[in-house]
Amino acid sequence: MEKQTIIKTKNVSKVFNPGMADETKAVADVTLKINRAEVTVLKGPSGSGKTTLLSLLGCMARPTMGSICIKDKDVAKLPERFLARIRRRTFGFIFQQYNLIKDISVIENVMLPLYPLDVGLREIKARAEGILDDLNILNKRNMKIQRLSGGEQQRVAIARALINQPEIILADEPTAHLDTKLSGKLLDILQDMNSQGKTVIIGTHDPLVYESDFVDRVVEMRDGMVQQIVEHNR
Amino acid sequence: MQRHRKILEYALSSLLRRKYKNIALIAVFSFIVAVLSSVLFLTHALQTEAENILVEAPELIVQKVAGGRHDLIPVAYTKRIKMIPGIGKVTPRYWGYYYDSLTGGNYTILGVDREIEGLTLLEGDMPIETGECAIGKGVAAARRISVGEELVLTDGKGAFSMFTVTGVFSAASELLTNDLVVLFYEDIVRLFDMPADKATDIVVEVFNDTETPVVARTIQRLLPDTRPIMKSEIIRTYSTVFNWRSGLVLTMFFGALVAFCILAWDKATGLSAEERQEIGILKAIGWETANILELKFWEGVIVSLTSYLTGVILAYLHIFYLGGSFLSPALKGWSVIFPSFRLTPYVSVQQIFILLFLTVLPYVASTIIPSWKAAITDPDAAMRG
Repeated sequence: MEKQTIIKTKNVSKVFNPGMADETKAVADVTLKINRAEVTVLKGPSGSGKTTLLSLLGCMARPTMGSICIKDKDVAKLPERFLARIRRRTFGFIFQQYNLIKDISVIENVMLPLYPLDVGLREIKARAEGILDDLNILNKRNMKIQRLSGGEQQRVAIARALINQPEIILADEPTAHLDTKLSGKLLDILQDMNSQGKTVIIGTHDPLVYESDFVDRVVEMRDGMVQQIVEHNR
Repeated sequence: MQRHRKILEYALSSLLRRKYKNIALIAVFSFIVAVLSSVLFLTHALQTEAENILVEAPELIVQKVAGGRHDLIPVAYTKRIKMIPGIGKVTPRYWGYYYDSLTGGNYTILGVDREIEGLTLLEGDMPIETGECAIGKGVAAARRISVGEELVLTDGKGAFSMFTVTGVFSAASELLTNDLVVLFYEDIVRLFDMPADKATDIVVEVFNDTETPVVARTIQRLLPDTRPIMKSEIIRTYSTVFNWRSGLVLTMFFGALVAFCILAWDKATGLSAEERQEIGILKAIGWETANILELKFWEGVIVSLTSYLTGVILAYLHIFYLGGSFLSPALKGWSVIFPSFRLTPYVSVQQIFILLFLTVLPYVASTIIPSWKAAITDPDAAMRG
């Protein structure tokens, strides 16, 4: 069966502070295809452009040059309000620093993505509790974020990424702050998501991740450029 | 609708997360609104009070002017004024200011030959014969006397005159009566050593109010050394005086107001890195710019409206229940004996809305603008701070 492309980039570049003394080319001329329901790893050392490329793929930043098609729609020049809708409907983000809102409870953090939608609070809460239960963290639902351990915060971030039932999960260095045991658990969760048909894109330099059995493709990056793409046969 | 309610709830929880900062801001904001509102309420209430009291005042008063100075007016002028068509009673008035060296206060002494309309007594009666007097609460307090006791005044010849206090005026009329001493006109003529054929001024009753300006011009033509003063002119003077005084207080307060504006602007415009990051996170998880602006709008409205309402309520209580004790020395009367009456709550709806417009709207705007700047940047950039 022919694989269906969900994201396609063509000659994508991202330059920070263009024309200034500290101009930085974070991503250079990247052409890439991401297939639906596959696990793709962006592998590379720090500063190789993984995070920036993930941001570009997730419509969180705009490319300086090139095009990004998500489900055959070029999003590179779309107005911000359309990008926000695409982010909400298509992507679930798991950030390296978790990016949870401090001083509010676990469940509020998880419910946040659905606040701007006309979905009842009761329904949102039920959905959030369901996901927290799946991730074995329901008992911490009323705790403030800063009282959780790193692994627990990671799971809250995953729950938040899943509440809008996204097609694509983007995870930036998801194991960076976890020990081996917790990293293993996280990979199980990501594999589980993938088995449910979700496309997973992970930016990492952790061998535990890019050597995992469930990874379909490893995109090796260095200095903002794609060095090689290694296909895995699962 | 559900969406707006959820964003409003999140705005509330967001404010609570920074509760100490927001409580401090609300406290300062409320104080500013309270002072501004107090000045406006007090000025408006005093003007209304004065206008209400002046309803009973004569439409036209005639004074004699000598070289531009107010002089005693010949009682004989009453007969000449009476000849003008459209005029009712023409009555000479006997009154004057009395400096009391004992208390350092100024009293207004009024001579009557009948009960004064529109004034009620708290205690006792109006004087019914010579040697008696009714006094205002301020005079009673300054001299520490009450009904049945003696008020001793020094007359024009330097001798002491004693008057038995028959009544003390009520607090309701205090703006007018606080420093008032009412005597029989024979007593005041003697006290001020006035010529028997002269009065302080003349009160003219005009049958048709609209004809008052015409009557005033006729009197001036008939008696060129007089100055007719219409009630409308007195009301205008009161209004000008109170507006001038409130302007003076507001000018003094201007420095504090500017300081607060700088503080509010700094708070509102200077989004912290944490706040900017939060906007970035919200955008990354699917919030649109409009949702962020709605969130910041609610935050601004909650802070400014809470401060505004607190300030207005505090001002209302201060002015109408505590007698405007912090501001009244600057705004009420010129006498050393300040009235301490409770004002009737007259509040101008227009003033309430102007104050709302000048406090809530700028704050909300200054909250939204920086958030809008952060919200239109890419989430990635916003999260980086």
